[in-house]
Parts: sequence; structure tokens; C-alpha cells
Amino acid sequence: MNDYIIDIVILACLVLSAVWAVLSPRLLRAVVGLALASVCVTIVLFRLDSPLAGVFELSVCAGLISAVFISTISLAALETEESVVQTSKERIRRYWFLPPLLLLVGVAVTQLALPDMPVQAITGEGVREVLWNQRHLDLLGQIAVLLAGAFGVVVLFKGFETRVDKGIEIKETTGK
Amino acid sequence: MLALLVLVPIAVLLLMNLPWRGARSQAYTMGVLALAFAEIFAAIALPALVGVGEIPFLSELRFGLVADDLTRVLLASIGVVVGAAMLVGQESMKDERQRCNFASLLIVSITGMNATVLLSDFFSLYVFIEVTAVASFILIALDRGVLAVEGAFRYLVLSAVATALMLGAVGLMLMSAGDTTFDAVRSGLAGGTSLVRLGLAVFMLGLFIKGGTVPFHAWLPGAYSAAPPAVSVLLSGIVTKASGIYALIRIAWSVYVPDEQISLVLLVVGTVSIIVGAVAAMGQTDLKRMYAYSSISQVGYIVLALGAGTELGVVAATFHLFNHSIFKSLLFVDSAAIESRLGTTDMTRMGGIGGKMPITGTTASIAMLSAAGIPPFAGFWSKLLIIIALWKSAHIGFAVIAVMASMLTLGYFLVMQQKAFFGKPSIEVGAIGEASIGYLVPAIALAAITVLAGVLFPFLLDSSCSFLLLGKALPW
Repeated sequence: MNDYIIDIVILACLVLSAVWAVLSPRLLRAVVGLALASVCVTIVLFRLDSPLAGVFELSVCAGLISAVFISTISLAALETEESVVQTSKERIRRYWFLPPLLLLVGVAVTQLALPDMPVQAITGEGVREVLWNQRHLDLLGQIAVLLAGAFGVVVLFKGFETRVDKGIEIKETTGK
Repeated sequence: MLALLVLVPIAVLLLMNLPWRGARSQAYTMGVLALAFAEIFAAIALPALVGVGEIPFLSELRFGLVADDLTRVLLASIGVVVGAAMLVGQESMKDERQRCNFASLLIVSITGMNATVLLSDFFSLYVFIEVTAVASFILIALDRGVLAVEGAFRYLVLSAVATALMLGAVGLMLMSAGDTTFDAVRSGLAGGTSLVRLGLAVFMLGLFIKGGTVPFHAWLPGAYSAAPPAVSVLLSGIVTKASGIYALIRIAWSVYVPDEQISLVLLVVGTVSIIVGAVAAMGQTDLKRMYAYSSISQVGYIVLALGAGTELGVVAATFHLFNHSIFKSLLFVDSAAIESRLGTTDMTRMGGIGGKMPITGTTASIAMLSAAGIPPFAGFWSKLLIIIALWKSAHIGFAVIAVMASMLTLGYFLVMQQKAFFGKPSIEVGAIGEASIGYLVPAIALAAITVLAGVLFPFLLDSSCSFLLLGKALPW
């Protein structure tokens, strides 16, 4: 019963953070919402005895992709308070149906679409075996993604410093 | 031995980024060019190299890489386009640090693309498509202009959707087929399991987004046109092909079981992409945006050929992928050359530029004629193969559309030629001269490949480049 309640709480957090990511008026907050949703997915994956998938989700989606998002946003033009509120209202008006739709799809998929088939999960013991003895190439791919992300953060955050120091530079490059 | 194609680029990347005293961007350029030549050499000599035997340490690694003629086509394309992009980058990027970052990210991209074309597992395919994609986001935003960042962001968002679809598809395949290898999925399809079909369809949907086909093309024009010139060469020439379109061909070649419904989807997506891309290209006034829409149209031909559902269709799609890599890179190299002299890619300000930049104008004309499928250039032969494949598979209506759309392509390229390259030179064009050698070398090399692959096409099967046709006999 306790497990059941924990699952419900995690799923509720997942939906709430996903909704926050979609409806948040500030891009930065939206990315934080997205990262939180990824963390919730990671917890779900760990609870389903799939730590391998959990580790990938946490490092790539919650960590790396969020870092690239944030650094990209830091380079984008800032909006006025008025336009931010306007965008937020517009977004709520357009996407109000998303949370109930998400719920509906979730129920439909779990109850109707997917047959009840046995899934062989990779347990904690098996992670090392999988990573080091079976999927060498995917591990290398993970390293390559992290390398690319590291370059990205260096390149884009360097841009952020330039923008702060020389506030007019972006305006000049776009000709606005 | 195949593992070297993935490990060497990473080793070069790490080596180049050690804190060497007095290291300069020329060293980075030489490193990337060496990798590009190695790719082309590997493509041509792959059968001999595989026969050499395994290196003891490498045989311990379970990479599960496989190579066939399709892999060789992609390796050759990656080598040629990466070499051209690096030369353009060396010439167009003024900042030393930016050139080094570009070269480093280019190598990450090479690693991702090499692994992608050597894999035989859907999960690994997903991982390495992401490696290439992450490098591409950053490359597009490299010069930190607002438009470039916007282009990168748009690509990132749509790519995230594709990623979610592909990962979900891998989950479905794992559940229903028991494994994610191509062999397991093929067996699952043959066994008639509906969830495997669903998984494959969802994976292909993700690939449509990555490949920039209609209606998932929204990210592509902005990304191609706002990216730095060298990055545009790379993206248009190989990145979208290796990460999206190649995987579609691979599925059709190694996994696909002839199926009317999937064929119909490919035929419709291909046809709509051809028409929408061509019509949208006609309305552009910016050279790079026009080339971007033209790319959507040309990718449509590749998808259409796969829709034929036959071996000839796959051969035609593969040969058109190679040709498109070459002539589209050439067009973007030429647009970079024009931008370097004129400071813009706005076609309304380019009147008569062909007279001032004769080599650039000539190579651009060769690329355009090849794209339009005019003989004797390489594009003519691949489009002919596509039309024959459609005709032989009884998709006559789609073959007719392909021919008509090719005329449309010729039409918009001729209008563009007339606007930008011919006629009386405008005042802005009056003072400029031919592009520098850094642009001319890749342009001439790419034009030479386009001409030679076309003129020598009848002899291709008897040469060491027969892999470009997957070693299959021609239909006549």
C-alpha cells in the first residue's frame, strides 16, 4: 500500500512539473520544471528496477540537456514583464487541454493498449554487467555526449559573459 | 578494426584539447582534415581493411559494429563533407578560439556519425544520433548571434520530440521483440507482432523529424540559414542525412519487410516533401534559405525512392543521398564564398555576381544542374534510378510527380541563376572579386566529384567505387 502511495505521489510530481514546464511564463523556470520532470522519471525508473535507464535519464536529460537549454536561454533576448505575462496567458489559453489529455493517454495506454507482458528489468546488480560487459559502445556514446555538452557549456557561457560585458553586441550582429 | 573509426576521432579530440603550449587552430584544422581523408580511404579500402584482422585490445571491446556497402557510401560522404566544412571554417571564422571550438565539435560530430553508420542496434543508434544532435545544437549557435541561437533552440526543441519518440520506440521493440538489434526486430516483424510494427513506425517518425521531412521541417530553414557558413555546409551536406535519412535507408535495407502500409507512408511523406520544399524554395529571396528548402525537396526524393519497397529503390535512395551530400555542400560552400565577398546572402543584392566570381558561379551552376537532374551530372543518374524504381514497382503516379517536381527544381534554380549570377552587375557587386582559395579548393573538389560521378557513371560498377550503387547491377 505504501509503495502504491509513493508511486502516486511521484507520478503527481511528474505531471505537475511537466505542466509547470509547459505553462511557466519564464523560460528559465520552464527548464527547471523540465529538469524536475526528468528527475521524477528517473525515480520511477529506479523504482521499476531499471537503474541503467535511470542513470541515462538523470545524466543526459536532467543534467546535460537542461544545462544546454539554460545556456541557450542565457543568450536569448530578454522579454519585458508585460510580454512575459501576455505569453503566459496566451499559453494557458492555448494549452489548457494538455494535462487532461496527458492523463487520458496515460490511462488508455496502461489499461487498453499495452498487453500484460513480462518485462525483464535490469536490476542494480546487472548494471555493471550491462555497462562494462555488454554495451561498451553505448558507454562510449554517453562519454561523447558529455564531451559535446562540456564544449557547449564552455562555448555558450563564454557568449553569456560577452553579452553581459558588451550588452550591445547581440543587437549589432542581428542588425536590430 | 571497425572500432577504430569510432575510437580514433575521440582520441584525436582528447589529444588536440590537451593544454599544448603555443597550440594554434591550424593544428586543429590538420587534425580534422586527416580524419576526413581517413574516412574516404576507409570507405574505398574497407573490405581489405576488415580482412587485416583484429587488434588484440580492440577485440575485447563488444561494439557489435558491422559494415557493408551502405556504410561505405556514408563514410565517403562524411569524409568529403567534413573536409569541405573544415576548409570553409578555417577561412570564414576569424576568431582563433572559435575555429578550435568548431574543429572540436566537428570531431564529436564525426564520432557520432561514424558510429551511427556502423551500428546494428536500435538503442545504440538512438544514442549516437543524439551525440551528433548535441554537437549540432552547439555548432548552430557557435557565433552567438540571436538568429543562430533561435535556430539552435528550434532544432533542440523539435529534436527533443524526435528523441522521445525514438526512445519510446526502442522500449516497445525491447518489450515485444525481446531485444533491440536489427536481427531481433526483423524477426519480430516477420513473426507478425503488431507492437514491433508500432515500435518501428514510431522510430521512423522520429527519423522523419531528424531528417527534416514535411511536415516536420519547421526547424530546418532557420537552422541552415542562421548557422555560421561552415556549419551550414556540414548540416546540409551530411548531419541530417547521417542522423535521419541514413537510418531510414538502413531500416529499409536491413530490417524492413515489404509492407504496403509503410511503403504508402514513405511515398506520401516523400511526395509532399518534394512539392512543399520546391514550392517554398521558389518564394525565397535569401540564398541559404532557398538551398534549405531545396534540401527538404531533395530529401523527399530519397524517402520516395524508399517507398518503392524494392532493392532498386534502396540503391537509388543511397546514390541520391551521396549525390545530395556533394551538390548541397557545394551550394553552401559557394554561398559562403559569396557571403565572404558581398557580406550578405540576399539574392536581390547579387545581380551579375557570376561575372565577378566566375569559378564560384560555375561550380554553383554545376551543383544546381545536378540537383535539377540534368545530364550528365551525377544527380541525373540518381533521379533516373528513383523514377525507374517507382515505375517498376507500379507506382507510376509517384514517378510522374517526381519528374514534374524535377522540372520545378530546374525552374527555381534558373530563376535564381538569372537573379543572382547573370545580368548586369549591381552597384554593390561592382567592386568585388573572386573568392579566396579557402573557398575555391572545396568548391572545385566537390564540383569535380559531381561531374566525374555523372560522366563516369556507366563505368561505376566496374570500379573501386561500385559501393556507391551497393554493388548491385543497373536496371538496364
